[in-house]
Amino acid sequence: MIRHRILIVPILLICVIVAWAARSPIDPITSPITSQPADDLDQSVRTLNDALRHRWSALDLQPAKPATELQTLRRLSLALHATAPSLEEVRRFQQDAQPLRLRRWTAQLLSDSRYGDALAERFARSLVGTDEGTFIVYRRDQFVEWLKQQFIANRDYAAVVREMLTAEGLWTGQPATNFVIAAYANQDLDEAKLASRTVRMFLGQRMDCAQCHDHPFDDAWKQADFEGLTAYFGQTSLGLFGIENRALRNKQTVEFEVEDRSTLEKRVVSPRVPFHPEWLPEQGSRRQQLARWITHPQNRRFERATVNRVWGLLFGAAYLSPVDDLPHPDDTSRDVLDVLGQDFREHGYDLKRLIQVIAASDAFRLDSRHPENRSLELEQLKAEWAVFPLVRLRPDQVIGAMFQASSIRTIDQQSHLLTRFKRFFSEREFIDEYGDLGDRELEQRTGTIPQALLRMNGKITNEATRVGLFNAAGSIANMTQSATDCVDASFLVCLTRRPDPAERDHFVRQLQLARNKSERERVVEDLFWALFNTPEFSWNH
Amino acid sequence: MGSASLTHAELNRRELLRLAGGLGVSLLLPPMDARSASILGDARPKSLITLWMGGGPSQLETWDPHPGSLVGGPTQAIKTRTPGLHIADLYPRVAEQIDALSVIRSLVSQEGDHARGTYYVKTGYRPDPTLTHPSVSAIAAQELPNPDLKIPSHISLGNSRWPARGGYLGDQLDAFRIFEPGRNVRNMQPRVAQDRQQRRLSNLDIVTRSFRKGREQQADQTLHQHTVERALTMMQSKQLAALDLQQESPATLERYGDSRFGRGCLAARRLIQEGVRAVEVTLRGFDTHANNFEGHAQQAEQLDPALSSLIQDLREFKLLSSTVVLCVGEFGRTPKINKLDGRDHWPNGFSCLLGGGGLKNGIVIGSTDPSGQRQKPQDPIPIADLYATILKVLRIDYAQEQITPIGRPLAYSNGTPIKRLFADA
Repeated sequence: MIRHRILIVPILLICVIVAWAARSPIDPITSPITSQPADDLDQSVRTLNDALRHRWSALDLQPAKPATELQTLRRLSLALHATAPSLEEVRRFQQDAQPLRLRRWTAQLLSDSRYGDALAERFARSLVGTDEGTFIVYRRDQFVEWLKQQFIANRDYAAVVREMLTAEGLWTGQPATNFVIAAYANQDLDEAKLASRTVRMFLGQRMDCAQCHDHPFDDAWKQADFEGLTAYFGQTSLGLFGIENRALRNKQTVEFEVEDRSTLEKRVVSPRVPFHPEWLPEQGSRRQQLARWITHPQNRRFERATVNRVWGLLFGAAYLSPVDDLPHPDDTSRDVLDVLGQDFREHGYDLKRLIQVIAASDAFRLDSRHPENRSLELEQLKAEWAVFPLVRLRPDQVIGAMFQASSIRTIDQQSHLLTRFKRFFSEREFIDEYGDLGDRELEQRTGTIPQALLRMNGKITNEATRVGLFNAAGSIANMTQSATDCVDASFLVCLTRRPDPAERDHFVRQLQLARNKSERERVVEDLFWALFNTPEFSWNH
Repeated sequence: MGSASLTHAELNRRELLRLAGGLGVSLLLPPMDARSASILGDARPKSLITLWMGGGPSQLETWDPHPGSLVGGPTQAIKTRTPGLHIADLYPRVAEQIDALSVIRSLVSQEGDHARGTYYVKTGYRPDPTLTHPSVSAIAAQELPNPDLKIPSHISLGNSRWPARGGYLGDQLDAFRIFEPGRNVRNMQPRVAQDRQQRRLSNLDIVTRSFRKGREQQADQTLHQHTVERALTMMQSKQLAALDLQQESPATLERYGDSRFGRGCLAARRLIQEGVRAVEVTLRGFDTHANNFEGHAQQAEQLDPALSSLIQDLREFKLLSSTVVLCVGEFGRTPKINKLDGRDHWPNGFSCLLGGGGLKNGIVIGSTDPSGQRQKPQDPIPIADLYATILKVLRIDYAQEQITPIGRPLAYSNGTPIKRLFADA
């Protein structure tokens, strides 16, 4: 008897642990979101809006009118979760009558772990590329997971960057080290590649030309500058215990050497920063010194580069393109990146807050429609963010939206394991066929024929449109009361909007002409197909 | 979008190029009267077939055997139709046809990594963080457009890990991928019957029109409409029949071999006949770090019948003088045999087959050390030279600098064509 009772304790313990592990990472939404946004946020948003409006009036630009809130919710979902709002989320949003609805929903999206996934993957592409590597000395998956945790915890971004640059240890135990390890090729550290990535990602400058010669257009970057920066990685080595700093070897200082391209002679290069050496700390290993210099509060490039990238996350296009080649910060004027950058820095490099500020700005809330139809004027409106741009969605966003549209319920961490599994494997195949742009995601692209074929005739579209027992098309075909409800629900599920009168008439008529259940179902399937294939579905707007 | 400087002229040029690029049509079209695909012989516009040996084929078990040496392993050599040329005995049928091509045994690359090596050998340039270089097959499709063609001009058959890309020339030049050549070409056929497809398309029309309201310019710039129309044209085109291998006799199918690669080579021949400019067919499985000899024998079972049949057919159909054939992988394999009876990566002297398109045949360039001691081969040929050669024979100006989207001028190839492979050298 006593033996049995003793067993209860470990069993209870296991039950408690399982219950704890199975708890969802977000609180289930049962009541409207009522948390009060900070007043400070209002001030930041106002400052940003002032900067934007100042620009627009100076250039005599008439901004587009605001987009609907539902449309803005779709943009946020696509940007932060790589999916579209589910029908149940749309319903809840429409019923939410509390003030500052969008701000609260933005906060909610940011507290979901899917935000961590989305931001981690986007940043990882530029930090370590997309290749999985050899796996034996490099673990991209662990790096992405580590990044995700930093973003979910909303850690000071400057601190995260410093950790990536200075980390020591094994790629498994210290996942941040994978940033450095990703630059290894054949057991050798490619310091130039690491320096290039560092400068592009954290300072928003492409110095790669300067690896071989002085920059042809930009006087500021000389070959010596590039070499000097690269030398900060010169004492990094990969040993038995992972990444470590080796300042001495055989009692001699480890120096960074480059091979001259023309004479092939080797020469020693000392670490040197191209400007503001006073930002370097007195102490620390070379990598620590570089990390402090990059994230120095007066180094505005760091905040500008980061803000530019986060803008790109939300809009699909960076504020200034290319995302990692910004003009030098101007001390005589302040642009939007300066305004946002300062705000970002003053609030402890808080990424979630930055996203909220941008998401609440006038620019983010504008419609993508504008009465101006002349080419040059439209380009200027786009350049100044006075109209919301049309940007091609990434394959993971397209498939995310398609999967969500094929289900009434929200697909997230709480979803049935089978649904998530299925999504994961189909997603890989779809993304491969659609074309993954790797670290060049923020470059502007048009659609391609294989993508059109995949959307029109592909397996996933077919499955997402086919009426089934438990999917959206099925529910909508068979359980809505009227033809109008059926058409409206289809549009809401696929495009997060209601149909306009012409569209509604067209499809309601088709439903009315259907003579039986299976004909009705086919009408709905063909409606879903059209909604998945319109540019509206695969372009952000 | 928010670029630092945007002039009026640049805008229009960029838009124009983007539109043209999106349609897959070069702005400089030569007048074409008769269908170019029906011309044969020297006047026929040229095409390129790349047979990609994924994983890094061992030169010692393919075109550069060293039987009886310390590093030769059990592989024996056989004579070929080219006097003085011996290849591995795993390729008896290729031995009968190899006189149509030349052999380079001294390719050198500094990239021993699969991804980087593949990039290097497909584009002629080492990976660069600032831009993506186009593969040579994409360059061929770009510079030699075929206005009669309704199907893509740049196609990749088989399961390629890193298919040929358009790079800075644009996504529309990415190789169009067909995983299972010969089988039901997926994504090319509508999922529903004709009447429902019509309804779907008219539904699409209504919804697209709503979207365009108030956004005409931006919507047009997406080229969505154009790509959908081109996709529909392709789906209905008779040229798609090139991919229907059931139109060939069972004897032909057997000759090429009942494998994905065999079918791929047969499809490649048919596509070239149809006027496609650049076809890549991938055979993976050469990365034999263990059991090298068994592994390569298995690969040869697919490669030998397919490659030999392809060359034979190109000859018979009089397509050889207008079709450049390249058979290569990302690097070779070490002469030294490792503990697992395998060979590891070796970019220091590896082989390829190159011929057709007007190049000289029967030439053997370079040689590797039979003892496996010396890394550097005799007469090393850098990858850039390989592509300068191919581009030159395709009559493409390889040295002319293109302005890439980042403003950096770059030639299609910075190598020098190999004089020995040209008849008029």
